[in-house]
Parts: sequence; C-alpha cells; structure tokens
Amino acid sequence: MSVLTSGPLRNVTDDHFAWHRHSLKERVIRFLSFLTVGVVLVWTLGTIDVFWPWVWTAPEEIHDMFSRMMPPNYRTIPEIVPVLIETINIATIGTIFAVVISLPVAYLGARNVSPNVITLAVARVIIVASRSINTLIWALLFVAILGPGPLAGVLAIAFRSVGFMGKLVGESIEEIDWGPIEALQSSGSARGHIITYAVVPQIIPSFWAVAILRWDINIRESTVLGMVGAGGIGMLFQVAIDLFRWNTVSMVLVSIIVVVLFGEVVTAIVRRKLI
Amino acid sequence: MTRPADGSSVGTHYAWKRPHFIENPFVRFGLLTLAIGYLLYAMSSLEVDLQRIARGIPRAIQIFSGAIPPNFAARGSLIVSGFIESIQITLLATAAGVLLSIPFGFAAARNISILPFYGLGRAIIIVARSLHPVVLGVLFVKAVGFGAFAGVLTLVIYTLGFVGKLLAEAVEEIKYGQIEALKSAGAGYFTVLAYAVVPQIMPRLIGLTMYQLDINLRASAVIGLVGAGGIGNTLNSAFGRYDYGTASAILLVMIGIILVVETISGKLRRFTK
Amino acid sequence: MLEIKQLVKSYGDGQPVLKGLNFATEGKALTAVIGSSGAGKSTMLRCINRLVTADSGEILFDGTDLLKLRGKALQNARRQIGMIFQAYNLVDRLTVMENVLSGRLGYVPFLQGALRRFSQDDIDHAYQLLQRVGLSQYVNQRCDELSGGERQRVGVARALMQDPRILLADEPTASLDPKTSERIMELIARLTEELHLPVLINLHNVAQAKHYAARIVGLKDGVIVFDGKPRDLTDDVLEQIYTGHEELEEQLHPHDEAVQEAAP
Repeated sequence: MSVLTSGPLRNVTDDHFAWHRHSLKERVIRFLSFLTVGVVLVWTLGTIDVFWPWVWTAPEEIHDMFSRMMPPNYRTIPEIVPVLIETINIATIGTIFAVVISLPVAYLGARNVSPNVITLAVARVIIVASRSINTLIWALLFVAILGPGPLAGVLAIAFRSVGFMGKLVGESIEEIDWGPIEALQSSGSARGHIITYAVVPQIIPSFWAVAILRWDINIRESTVLGMVGAGGIGMLFQVAIDLFRWNTVSMVLVSIIVVVLFGEVVTAIVRRKLI
Repeated sequence: MTRPADGSSVGTHYAWKRPHFIENPFVRFGLLTLAIGYLLYAMSSLEVDLQRIARGIPRAIQIFSGAIPPNFAARGSLIVSGFIESIQITLLATAAGVLLSIPFGFAAARNISILPFYGLGRAIIIVARSLHPVVLGVLFVKAVGFGAFAGVLTLVIYTLGFVGKLLAEAVEEIKYGQIEALKSAGAGYFTVLAYAVVPQIMPRLIGLTMYQLDINLRASAVIGLVGAGGIGNTLNSAFGRYDYGTASAILLVMIGIILVVETISGKLRRFTK
Repeated sequence: MLEIKQLVKSYGDGQPVLKGLNFATEGKALTAVIGSSGAGKSTMLRCINRLVTADSGEILFDGTDLLKLRGKALQNARRQIGMIFQAYNLVDRLTVMENVLSGRLGYVPFLQGALRRFSQDDIDHAYQLLQRVGLSQYVNQRCDELSGGERQRVGVARALMQDPRILLADEPTASLDPKTSERIMELIARLTEELHLPVLINLHNVAQAKHYAARIVGLKDGVIVFDGKPRDLTDDVLEQIYTGHEELEEQLHPHDEAVQEAAP
C-alpha cells in the first residue's frame, strides 16, 4: 500500500501548523541577550564623558584634516626610509630575543611536561604579566630605565612577545601525542632526549606559525614605539603632527602601510614554505 | 645483526647523516650568511651604550622601589574612573565597529561582492589594519579633541580592520552551494545574504565579537597614552610625575581586568558554540 | 629473568585492575598474554617498564626490584627492556632512521643525540636492522608517509636497537589488517628466536597466540587463570577467560573471511 496519499498538495482547509525558527528556550535566551546588550549600550552612551557638540562637528573636522594631508609629501621619503628600516630591525631583533626566551617558558608553562608545580606557576605568571602589559607600556618602562633609543624598543617588543608566544606554544605542547614520549621513556631515554626527539618535532609547525605571526604583529607595534622615545618611525610621526606638517604626516602614514604590507607579504611567503 | 660481545665491528660500514632542511648547500649557506649578516648589522645599529645601561640600573632600582608596594589609595578615584572610561570606550567601539564591519566585510568578500566594492572594501580594511590604534588615536585626537570620543572613533576603525578582514575570510569560506540554491529559486541579492550567508557566519561573528572585546580593552588602555581617553591617560600622568606606586597599581588592575575578561569571553564563546 | 610478585594496581577510586598478579618468565621463549579487554593485560605490561606505577608488589628483573628504582637507575633498567606499541608510537615527523636510532638514546649523551651524531657502530646496526625488517629503501623517509605495517616494522627495529634483554609487545597488531598482522607476528617471532630474546606479547587474537607462542598466559579480572602450553588451551578454558559472549564467539569462530584466510 502506498504511503503517499493522492489529492492536491495544498488544501486551504487543512490544519494549520505553527513554525518558529527558534525554540522557546532559544528565544528567551536571545531576547535576554539582546536586552542586556541594549541596556549596557544605553548606559554607556548615557554616562560616557563626551562633549556632544563636538561629536556633531566631527565629520567636518575629519574631512578638514584629511584634505590638509593631501597630497603626501614625497620629498620626505629620504628622511623616512632609514627610520623605517630601523622600525623593521626593532621588530625583528625583538622577536628573535623573545623566541629564545619563550621556548623554555612555554615548556615550563605546559601542564603535561612541566617538571613540577612551581615551575608551572612561575612560567604562567611570566606569561600572564608579559601578555597583559602592552608593548607601548613596556616601552615607557624601558625608556625610563635605559633612556631613549631603539634598545628600549627592542626590549619592549621582546618582553611583550614572550607572553604571546609562550602561551600559544605552551598550548600546542599540551596537545601533543603522548605516545612517542612513552616510547622514549620506556627505552630509558633521559628527559633531554625526550624533549628533542618527541616534543620538539611535534610542535615545530605551530612554533613557526606563532613566531612569524608575532613578527607580523610586532612590525605594527614598532611603528609607534618612537612616540615614547623607543626608536622607529613613531618619533617622526609625532614631530610631524606637533608641527602641523600634514603632508609629511600622510607620507609617514603611507610608509607605515607599506612597511606593514611588506611584513604581511614576508609572512605569507614564510608560511607557505615552512608550514 | 647482533653485536659481537667484544665491541669490535664486523661487516660493512654505512654512512648516514641527517638530511638537511635545505638540500642545496649553496642556497643553505647563502641564506645562513645573509641571516647572520643581517643580525650583526641590525644589532650594531641598536646603539648599545654600556655606560647608559650601567646608569640605568640605579634608575631601575629607583623605579621598582617606588612601584612596590603598589599605591591604590593616592589616586584611587582617578584609577577607577579611568578604567570605567576604558570599559565604556571598549563597549561602544566594539558594538559600533562590529556593526560597521558587516557591510565592509561583505563588500570585501570576493564571492559575494562586485569588483569596485571589493577593491574599495579591501583597501579600507587594509588601511585600517595597518595603522596602529595609537596612530589612529593621535589623528582622531587632533581632529575631534581629547577624550573618550576620539577613543571610540579610534577603536571603531581598529575593530573594522580586524573583524572586517576575518569576516571577509569567513564569508569567502562558506559553502557556495547554499547561495546557488537560493539564487536558482529566484531570491534577490539581499535575501540570499540573509538566508544563505548570515546563518553560516553568525556563530563566527559572535566569536569574533567576543575576541575583539578583549583586544579592544587592551588597546583602550594604550590609546589613553596619547589623550584618547581611558586609563592610559592616568597611567601617562603617573609616569610623568614619577609616581611609580600609582603606575604599578594601575598595571596590576589592568592585568586583573584582562584576565577576568578573558575568562568570561572564553566561557561565553564555548557556550555559544 | 623477570619475576612479578603480588602486583596490585587500581586506577582512580575504582576496582583494582591487577589483583595480586604473579608471573615469572621461563627461558627465552615467546609468551603470549591473552584475556578480554579490561582484564589487565596492558596494565601488566606497562607496570613492568614503569610506564604505569603499580600500587604494591614486586617486579624483579634479574633480582632488582624495578618498583624501587628512580632516575638514572630506572633509565638504565628500562633500556634493557624493549617495547612495541599498538599505536606504533613513532615520532611521525622524523625519518625512519631517526626513529630507529632513537632506540639508542638511553645510551647516548644529550648533545650527541640532539645533533644526531651516533657512533658508526650504531649506524651500522641500524642499517642492518632496517634490512632485516625490509625497510632499507625508506631510510630517510618521514614516518607519516609509511603504511601501518611499515610503521610497526620501524617500531620493531627501534625496540631491537636497544639491544634489549627482554621484549614487551602491547597488542602490536591490533591496528593492522589481518594479513599485515600475520606478517608482523611472523617478523617478531622469527627475529626474537634468532636473537634468543624472551618476548611477552599481549594478543587479542587467540589463534595467533596459539600459533606463535610457546607459552600462553590467560588473564581474567586482574589475575592469571591459565598458564601453559598452547595445546592445553581448550575451548572450555577459553570460555573461562573471556567473559563476554560476543568476544568468546569471535575467538572461537572468527567470522571475518580475511581473518580465516590469514590464519596459519
């Protein structure tokens, strides 16, 4: 007997069905979340310390600034290039320092391989402190200690990057296949061998990915370090702004974009080659 | 196959070396030389003045002795208001920024956009991503004055750069079949967007928003250093006054808040998966 | 050579998995350990080389209690015990040669191992082992490019590279198809006979156990319930060892054609 009934596919006198995209529970949650977000935003708008008349004139002001910046002043390029190179150097050396320090920190901060609770705790504290303090703030600190110059910038980049890489590489260590480690343990290898043969080869791809990603981020960070005196193009930028040299400002902005794009291109190439 | 007990070696000898990552020796040594050359040159350009470093040590001690213990009391109310302002800036900027990223993200996705919009969208997102929020902060402060408004504008553009790009990538990764099916049923462009594209990227978008909240909170602390409002202002003035006790108090609260926000956003993200 | 006395091990707060296990090797033969899953086969083997630490009892290896060893002494004891794993446990991103040589790491100082500077002796031995297991053409191939059977052969070579005095194998063929499984069993049996190496193998396939082993040990609920020659392993005895009906059926009458074809 056929399961299909005969007759028109659509009969106006049939029962009506109700259909909702979301279940009742889902709808309640969605409603509540929208409500919470709405309330929070309204409160924020109401209490934020903003001089509203200036808000309405903002588009005009922005347009004005923009037109003053055009066209970019190409004659400042010879002045910009060496500083741009310094910016790249700061990012590169800072990242390299950080890589060297972050490897042992990542190892000690990984729950499955850390020798004891103390090393785990210490490593975790280092990682958290490093990650929570912005590069620029580290730069403030180092400029206060060592005086202005690219060295302060390199250290700022390094100190910030240790936490970033330590956390991500540590997480990838926590996810490794434990089998090869057991195999080497059972054959009587010392811890050093186990790390070199069983841990390192498993995390190499993610290590390179993290390192090159951080270098890319660090190039952006290095562009502003000069504003607190830690070297790089930030200083040129600040000076041009203070002197209202808008055409130079836009030239500096263009060169920053160029340098960042350069970083992205190199990152893409390295990623393809190594991972 | 067994080794003779007296340690002598019998039979043929084999040579083995671990295969190199780059086989061609010229390329290998060439790259190595270039790398080392660059490093030496770059390090030398650092102006490492040992005398200056030596003078820096007493200064460092001075800073750390001022920083410990952290001083929450002296400028307590300023610290609190500074953080509240940073949070306000973060909330508004993330909301507005994510909303703005949606049209830009869609425009910058090759598979659902037309060429002029794609080019424009991509270009704007690239510019927004390349400029550090501090740079944007300086520009907006000059344009609209000091304070939270400049901060919000800065982070809106910052968010646009990040969420916009990731959103565009998410859109480019969706299954095209769903779009095709709706198109072939005669649905208009925006209907297709609403039914085929949005549901696929919505979970991703929510995740990105949470992530961006975290990132914007950190950034909001920094843009204050150039006058765009928030705790950065308070921190800057503390450093300027050599008030390291207040500075370390601010940093500790910053670490605490970031940790809390991270934990919350991590839990929320797992909840919405 | 190896003697286990009153071994007890429980995980977490559950029932003990090993309940006073007693066992001793006899001569240099191939001993198969059979039993249903959860009977304690794997735990027993892993207790021997301390991958798992037993709660109480003694494990005497040439008179030394392995349970009392720590640090370097434990390492020195372990390098005399070779092990082959069900999941091969190779370092996939390294080459076959590096994996085989890693069996030697218990004897080699850190820097040499890290720089892959092994003695001529070790390299020769490795090549010979690779020839013997039939993998000479894969010396510098990455292990993740090999098939399951090939990977297990690397595992065998690695274990033998240690010059062990006893070989443990924890269900070495469980991840392999029946044909390859037989080949690997064949390899292990022949090699260990040539080397006069005592072997303790966990097997889930009783037919294989009967064919290759000189002695069979049956585990049930954490104690040994059978210890004797393959011909004494009757169906009645099997019934006692294997608790679940399905598993028992499978062992008595393997329904898989391929298994039957490959059976010796």
